[in-house]
Amino acid sequence: MSKKNDNYESTFWYRLKYWVNGEEETVLEEESERHEAHLKRVAIEDRVYRAFSEIPDDGEEQEAHYRALKKELYELSEKYKTWPEKQGVKIFDRFYRIFAVILCIGIIGILLVTVSYLPQFGSANNPNNNEVSKRYIEKGLEETGATNIVTGMILDYRAFDTLGESHVLFISACSVLILIRVDKKRMEDMTQEELDEIRGEELYEKNQDIILQKVAFFLVPIIMLFGIYIILNGHLSPGGGFPGGAIIGASFILYLNAFGYEKTRKFFTYKTFSVISIGSLLCYALAKGYSFYMGANHLDSGIPLGTPGAIFSGGLILLLNICVGLVVACTMYAFYSLFRRGGM
Amino acid sequence: MDLIQNFPFVSILLCLAGGVLLSVLKARQARYVCFGLLSVITTLSVFTFIDAMNRKESYVYSMGHFPAPWGNEIRIGILEAGMAVFFCVILLLSLVGGLYKIVEEIEESKQNLYWTMISLLMSSMLALIYTNDLFTAYVFVEINTIGAASLIMIRENGHSIVATTKYMIMSLVGSGMLLLSISMLYDLTGHLLMSHMKEAIVDMAKTGAYEVPLTVIIALICVGIAIKSALFPFHTWLPEAYGYATASSSAILSSLVSKSYIFLLMKVFYRVIGLDVMIEHKTNHILFWFAIAGMMMGSLNAIKEHDIRRMIAYSSIAQIGYIYMGIGLGSEAGMIASVFHILSHSASKALLFISSAGLSSVSGDSKEFRDLKGAGIRNKIAGVGFLVGAFSMVGIPLFAGFISKVYFAGATLLATPVQMGVGLLALALSTILNAVYFMRTVILLYTPNRQKILVDFQNGMAFISSIGGFVILNFILGFGSYYMITLIERGLACFA
Repeated sequence: MSKKNDNYESTFWYRLKYWVNGEEETVLEEESERHEAHLKRVAIEDRVYRAFSEIPDDGEEQEAHYRALKKELYELSEKYKTWPEKQGVKIFDRFYRIFAVILCIGIIGILLVTVSYLPQFGSANNPNNNEVSKRYIEKGLEETGATNIVTGMILDYRAFDTLGESHVLFISACSVLILIRVDKKRMEDMTQEELDEIRGEELYEKNQDIILQKVAFFLVPIIMLFGIYIILNGHLSPGGGFPGGAIIGASFILYLNAFGYEKTRKFFTYKTFSVISIGSLLCYALAKGYSFYMGANHLDSGIPLGTPGAIFSGGLILLLNICVGLVVACTMYAFYSLFRRGGM
Repeated sequence: MDLIQNFPFVSILLCLAGGVLLSVLKARQARYVCFGLLSVITTLSVFTFIDAMNRKESYVYSMGHFPAPWGNEIRIGILEAGMAVFFCVILLLSLVGGLYKIVEEIEESKQNLYWTMISLLMSSMLALIYTNDLFTAYVFVEINTIGAASLIMIRENGHSIVATTKYMIMSLVGSGMLLLSISMLYDLTGHLLMSHMKEAIVDMAKTGAYEVPLTVIIALICVGIAIKSALFPFHTWLPEAYGYATASSSAILSSLVSKSYIFLLMKVFYRVIGLDVMIEHKTNHILFWFAIAGMMMGSLNAIKEHDIRRMIAYSSIAQIGYIYMGIGLGSEAGMIASVFHILSHSASKALLFISSAGLSSVSGDSKEFRDLKGAGIRNKIAGVGFLVGAFSMVGIPLFAGFISKVYFAGATLLATPVQMGVGLLALALSTILNAVYFMRTVILLYTPNRQKILVDFQNGMAFISSIGGFVILNFILGFGSYYMITLIERGLACFA
């Protein structure tokens, strides 16, 4: 028979067994902590005892000395205990920052060096002056019916990318909705002050700045008209759905700031936002889906290209520009409103 | 052109439009519509897969009236179609299994947005699988990133918000690197279409022109995708993201989202840069060493964890290391092993996440090991699920993980002596480390707990069928491995 080991609890196999069982691990840790604390206490007592034996036995003085010693020891142990949190983190933080800056400078350096090796900008025999861009430039007008080649490219030649891109806008608006729309759960967590702030904003809004209101009264229609012009003229002149939509969105934001939520809600609520953006995205997907399907199966889509330069020309491009513009305008306004008060 | 050839395009478009539509429905309606949509897409993918198997070559499908270098196109082969089917099945099973957690943990007025995110995420993954255009890939990488971040965030507690912030920052750095490399590549080649890019790069490699930018581009692509798929030194966002999201989200993120990026990297290897040029630039060696480090560090960190979900998350880092090791070997055998491991890891990791949610439910919603003692006895279905997943991850014969380990070992034998030695050693060590933490958890789960815990929980039919589906999938991968490997070989042959 094997001998019984008195010190079984501190053996490797005992620890392994506990570790395999999983949960008792923390108990063991606690025990070892207690053991360490005990050792420390013994050491302190030892030092105190030695200090006592050195000084003469003298009532109060001894007491004071004892207290001072104890305090000193306590401070010392506290200092070691809190060092990692107080000093250690600071030192790590400093190193971390220095290292991060060095790394960034290194990457910037590498990229700059790389740029110097790239083909010279604007040179005629660059690799990207090939048959792809040649056809865009030479046949773009004929094939897409859009005077503005860039619009023809993003909404006809490479429409699939743009379809994805407009959904990027939609998905980011949805994730902002998830993150900051005030829902029931959020309301319960809020303090009374925060709730008052949300409600109070609407009351406070009525006495807005008169100068802002008058300026907005004249500017908002003009900005909006300009945005609509940019969208509708996207296939004829520089512009299109993305910039035009951003301009219309900006005019909404200006209107909201000047006249407040109460008036804006008369024509733009969360429901309007979802109906418009979802309607236009579905319209985009449907129109482009039809065109992709026809194109891939080598069928004639039957969409007339019209006379280049006229407003109704360029096949689907006008419709797609309007869809993209509406999505962008709604998303811009939704972002602003959500960031301001967590709702629309 | 056959009708079936339209199916991949139809499924991408259906997912996009469906996702948009789901955002206006009520929570319950949105759930039903989303499941309907995903079932339709699974069916379409199965048809595509069968059709692709009957063809000898992969085919291209142009998106619109304009042929490839001018317009966009997608390309469908056996490997792509097979991946699409597999992704659909895993997605459906993960959602079904974690459904009760989704209903419980997500605010009801926002649940429809969860289904929107799922649908858009699926469309982006399908697009990443099928696309033959590098810029289209980037656009859908964006959707993928935002969708994945929302899946973590939607639980709306402190942990998940912090995790999302970490994920977002790291992932956007990766996207930025990808975008930089794509624009530089366009500058050098004048194309965005993968096959045309490769022609230009092969010419470049022959003449030795633009040597420096090409090296930087390869580095940027690899690091960008490595950050997004959590290869070892860039893994810091992963444990929290997987540990604190709702169970289905964790399963989807670990088994599908990171895999879709790896699939994109393989595409870049085969179709854009070309395997020869990659090997010439020693990219493979670098990936190999990082992968080995990841295999070790992931497992070591997993051993230290007290939280079952975070432990599984750390194990993901190790498994991602395996996949990169196969890619890093730079041989066809390595690639086959990697593709197979993508499948087997997806099937087992999603199973582990879903069953760990079931185990927590009978332990007072705690994920700590000390509360999970005996959980496998209290919830038998979840216990069996965890057991199968753990066995597969450790590499017990008959399970999917064993087969991938065998193929990895076989692939290392064909590599250079150093790679062979290090690879085999790392495989052996990492198997032992896997066994240490998974077997310990399994033993803990089946140790009877002396304290009586009141269990007010019944497994729903959805949960049981999901676990059943995953277990069957694992056994299919384990038993039918020969057939799978032949399919992967055929797929890779027409992939390039």
